[in-house]
Amino acid sequence: MSEKNEAMLRRNQKNYAGRNILSGFLFGLGLIAFIDEVVFHQLLHWHHFYDLSTTTAGLISDGFFHAFSWFATVAALFMVADLRRRQSFWLRRWIGGTLTGAGFFQLYDGLVQHKWMGIHQIRYGVDILPYDLVWNISALVILIAGIVVWRQTSQMKKQKETV
Amino acid sequence: MTTAHYIAEGILAAPFILVCLLYLFAAFRDAGWPARRIGLFVTGTAAAVISVLGPIPRMAHDSFVIHMTGHLLLGMLAPLCLVLAAPVTLALRALPVPAAKKLAKMLRSRFVTIISHPVTATVLNIGGLWFLYTTGLYALMHASALIYIIIHVHIFLAGYAFTASIIYIDPMPHRYSFLFRSGVLVAALAGHGILSKYLYVSPPAGVGQEAAQAGSMLMYYGGDAVDIAIMVILCWHWYKAARPREEKAVAV
Repeated sequence: MSEKNEAMLRRNQKNYAGRNILSGFLFGLGLIAFIDEVVFHQLLHWHHFYDLSTTTAGLISDGFFHAFSWFATVAALFMVADLRRRQSFWLRRWIGGTLTGAGFFQLYDGLVQHKWMGIHQIRYGVDILPYDLVWNISALVILIAGIVVWRQTSQMKKQKETV
Repeated sequence: MTTAHYIAEGILAAPFILVCLLYLFAAFRDAGWPARRIGLFVTGTAAAVISVLGPIPRMAHDSFVIHMTGHLLLGMLAPLCLVLAAPVTLALRALPVPAAKKLAKMLRSRFVTIISHPVTATVLNIGGLWFLYTTGLYALMHASALIYIIIHVHIFLAGYAFTASIIYIDPMPHRYSFLFRSGVLVAALAGHGILSKYLYVSPPAGVGQEAAQAGSMLMYYGGDAVDIAIMVILCWHWYKAARPREEKAVAV
């Protein structure tokens, strides 16, 4: 890539920094929800479609998150196509968004939906504590990793601005 | 099966077949009309007809899963295919000018404006389902042929109004932003999903626990499948509309 093209790419990426993050975040949300559905609901059958302890709030929260994550996956990928068409796709920043979205949703699912609203547990008929710990700690690690990458690209953006 | 049921089947199926014949007649006279749209209209008509005529409605009387299959075909798949086939556009092209003008005026009427608003259409569509499955209406539907007909006409029309209010294929007098329609679509899918899970534990009167569980899971995942198609089309329209202007200038 020539120097001129590189400068143009950097400028485009900076102009669309927000859309890169948003697209990544939405994709992360959709991806983790999809993995949850396929691995834990369909393949392992650990999660239940409906748990009798589910609260009304849990049912509504689950419904909206499911619908939103379904839409987010599709919208995020169309946004990637749009960013590429505008030559402003910023992979590093997008991955930062993806990890943040995935970590955020897994943590929300693990703490708010599983524990507080009682939608369903990770697995039944076992000591649930280790499962909950692995679930939520891994969520936190993904979330922090995402925020770190996001912040790094934000700093790169600032440096570019001063150059 | 009583005579009333056979009559109900005929009353429900006939309009679909009639409109399909009119569509085919207009489409074959219109040299520029895409074959893809003809295929979609025929598919949509077939989905609607098999859900109201023949073995599916007969078995649906006793089986909640079959009932749900029919519901997905009539209320979701048929409307999607028919909306994508752009019947209004075809009618506007095929009709003589005065009649086309009348149709265009009708589309701008207050009634159509209200019905085709995404929120109204969603309430009619999803709200109608809540009303059907959480009140005594579901049991009543199997007792009265008249109520059976009204409910099935409503399921189809509400499904059509909803689909047409979210993805714009035919001319729409009042257009709403992509973001707004996306939000309504997500809310509608959420309402559909929540109802599915609610039915899993609280089946309508006369439906057994096991049948309710199988039926509600079919409703949940079937709704996801049709709605993801609507989402892809909606996003694809956004992608085309959001095309950067500079690029257009280069491409021309």
